[in-house]
Amino acid sequence: MYKYILRRLVMLIPVMIGVSFIVFTMMYFTPGDPARIMLGESAPEVEVQRLRDELGLNDNFFVQYGRYVKNAVVHQDLGRSYITNRPVFDEIAARFPNTLKLAALGVLVAVLIGVPVGIISATRQYSLFDNASMVFALVGVSMPNFWQGLLLILLFSIQWALLPSSGFDTWKHMILPAVTLGTSSAAIITRMTRSSMLEVIRQDYIRTARAKGQKESVVINRHALKNALIPVITVIGLQFGYLLGGAVLTESIFGITGVGRLMVDAIKSRDMLLVQGGVLFIAVVFSIVNLGVDILYAYLDPRIKSQYK
Amino acid sequence: MAENTVVKKKKKSGPWREVWRRLNQNKAAMLGLLVMVILILAAIFADYVAPYGYDDQDLMRRFQTPNSQHWFGTDNFGRDIFSRIVYGAQVSLKVGLIAVGIAMFIGGALGAVAGFYGGKIDNFIMRFIDVLLAIPSILLAISIVAALGPELRNVMIAVGIGSIPSYGRIVRASVLSLRDQEFIEAARAVGADDTRLILKHIIPNSMAPLIVQATIGVANAILSAAGLGFIGLGIQPPLAEWGAMLNSGRQYIRDYPHLTAFPGLAIMITIFALNLLGDGLRDALDPRLKN
Amino acid sequence: MEKKKLLEIKDLAIHYITVDGVVKAVQDMYLEINEGETLGLVGETGAGKTTTALGIMQLVPDPPGKIVSGEVIFEGSNLIGKSQGELRKIRGNEISMIFQDPMTSLNPVMTVGEQIAEVIRLHQNLSPQEALNKANEMLLKVGIPAGRAKEYPHQFSGGMRQRVVIAIALACNPKLLIADEPTTALDVTIQAQVLELMKKLKTELNTSMIMITHDLGIVAEVCDKVAIMYAGNVIEYTDKVQLFTSPKHPYTVGLFNSIPDIESDVERLKPIKGLMPDPTNLPSGCPFHPRCDKAMPSCSKRVPKNTEVAPGHFVKCLLYEEGVEK
Repeated sequence: MYKYILRRLVMLIPVMIGVSFIVFTMMYFTPGDPARIMLGESAPEVEVQRLRDELGLNDNFFVQYGRYVKNAVVHQDLGRSYITNRPVFDEIAARFPNTLKLAALGVLVAVLIGVPVGIISATRQYSLFDNASMVFALVGVSMPNFWQGLLLILLFSIQWALLPSSGFDTWKHMILPAVTLGTSSAAIITRMTRSSMLEVIRQDYIRTARAKGQKESVVINRHALKNALIPVITVIGLQFGYLLGGAVLTESIFGITGVGRLMVDAIKSRDMLLVQGGVLFIAVVFSIVNLGVDILYAYLDPRIKSQYK
Repeated sequence: MAENTVVKKKKKSGPWREVWRRLNQNKAAMLGLLVMVILILAAIFADYVAPYGYDDQDLMRRFQTPNSQHWFGTDNFGRDIFSRIVYGAQVSLKVGLIAVGIAMFIGGALGAVAGFYGGKIDNFIMRFIDVLLAIPSILLAISIVAALGPELRNVMIAVGIGSIPSYGRIVRASVLSLRDQEFIEAARAVGADDTRLILKHIIPNSMAPLIVQATIGVANAILSAAGLGFIGLGIQPPLAEWGAMLNSGRQYIRDYPHLTAFPGLAIMITIFALNLLGDGLRDALDPRLKN
Repeated sequence: MEKKKLLEIKDLAIHYITVDGVVKAVQDMYLEINEGETLGLVGETGAGKTTTALGIMQLVPDPPGKIVSGEVIFEGSNLIGKSQGELRKIRGNEISMIFQDPMTSLNPVMTVGEQIAEVIRLHQNLSPQEALNKANEMLLKVGIPAGRAKEYPHQFSGGMRQRVVIAIALACNPKLLIADEPTTALDVTIQAQVLELMKKLKTELNTSMIMITHDLGIVAEVCDKVAIMYAGNVIEYTDKVQLFTSPKHPYTVGLFNSIPDIESDVERLKPIKGLMPDPTNLPSGCPFHPRCDKAMPSCSKRVPKNTEVAPGHFVKCLLYEEGVEK
């Protein structure tokens, strides 16, 4: 098992290098001069040039890239914001807990709804419940989460004044954003669980279990579920990553201070180092989460485990 | 000697006709198809369908609720919302189709090469796809648009690049499963070269999952583009785009909800129809997968 | 000595209702098996053998399958009509079934020992540890070292997995074992081993067996009585020796003729011409008549009934039926 974990960790490194390279390249070629942004439009050109030299902005591409990576890995230094001059890393780290909380809650909502509904739909295929849940799942996937957020605010904050529409401090603040973010994931997880269950139920070993005289409820809960949930777990991990990205929109709607909103504001003010750092940060987190999911997957599925004994 | 033929011969129908027949039987999918056809026609003939231009402002007629002159009402600049929705359809469908086109072309090529040649090339291409996948697609799109500048063309590129992984994987999987089958050996034995093999044999056999993914892909692309528009990073005003319309209508949501209702509904109905169609295509193309 | 009748199937009909039509998988079936006997159920793919087996166990998937008529009398009482609770006590306990594909018959995420212990705990009042011990015993009986009980199915080869399946089936010492082509998916050499194992256990535990197969060689080795199925009907039923020495039904004769004779020098094989009929569109009258070289005009008009041509030898063919224009 440890070999498996080690292997996956090692495979992570080239991916992280690739991500940093792509992100750096994109930001490098963004039009706009960081030094000028920092000093302002009216600053004299000679000052701007001097700052460029100081910041190493006139060095060639690879030197700059190498410097960036070294700083990031060794010193956790992702540079300083062009606008506020505060360290990028600190800015992100300060806001990350909120984004993480939001994404985690979203996944929670998605799983708590998606998995049970998916299971019941599969065991009662073609029933009213199944058809209704499939329609809801389609709607959930189709409704853009930013519109859903607006509607929820309209209903719960404005019309009925039940829940706050911005901020993220109390649990009441967290309900609407979590639901908004989690809905489309819930829909996807419902469909995935349902189709996985349906496929598993058709397998020969389910027939074997029944031929043993096993109760149907046990056949479903012990034999079918254990097998059906394995691919669903991978989807849940992917959804987490998707939600980390989707948090960008949700944070904007609900006024939550998170990394997503930070980045949107940064893009608008052309604060490229901040954007770069943000994307890199989230990519790293996402990759670690996926690694965790893969490990969990290997733990649950003995066929994978033994490949690496 | 009994001469009864036991098996009645069914009329030979081509494989695509079979697919169409099965699709036809799926009422939901046909509904999705109908909606999409209407949308596409409206988008193509936007100039004729829309009663006003997308930027015809009339500050005397702001915030009108739906009436006979303005079917969906007017927005904060007095522009006809119905017309803007129609022009928005043009934008969204363009983005969807081109983004998916880019992704399918590049992703498909990468996947085909990776699957076909295997070894180091496969490894390298798969690592590249892993890198793309490590960044959540919205963030990737945002970064690309941030780097290139917010305009229609860059939105298409950004969304397209984010979708490359799925097509890459589909084509690669198809290639891997077909590569070792015997008809490939047979084709090689009569002298077919690699390019010919890929183009004439392997890609046609991967069509089915590609078509399904493309349909869903257009939906996702439209959603992503709308998301970009919503945070102000997409198509710039005065071009009408559904996500941007939601964004500008946001502040008036309490008093004039119709500014956001219609673009929101437009997005939802489009995605819904595409999903219905996509599901239907999946069932029609491989009924064995149908549960 | 009259052996006790263990299972009697009367007039069983099982249909599958599909979008393409009604599949009459089993029709007008009469079958019986006595204690300690092995009955071979022979037929090509699609003849209805597996459906019959599922029908006995009351495991026909519903939808789309339905037992339309008939009785399945096991030890004197009809299984059709019993409640699910009563049937569950019988499955795995009095009647067991093993299926064709050992690669997919076992749950991939449960250890082999757990899967055997499960059937034991379902029917016998043992603690988990006792059940595991018994599971280990069963593993030894089927020739698998007991230490392997903690392993997962994918760690076993096809032949060994089938042994595990047999262990599960026989763990509670059932009176009847239904084996649906248990060796078809295995290599020939492994086939022989598994058959030997089954024969040995059958004698040791005095289990009756229904051996479903399309291989007449297996029939010769293992079975006492044989029933030949075609298009959902049992068209010939007798004991093994009778069947091999004097087959009566043209289909049976055709089957024997199509086996290449290693000793004679023949230029062409003699298959039965034509194909199995479309199950949603069976021929009128006798289902075999379009392929039969002894067919008569009445064969397309009358459905043959079971005729006893010799003591204990039944055939469904108008050639042997009384009152038919020949």
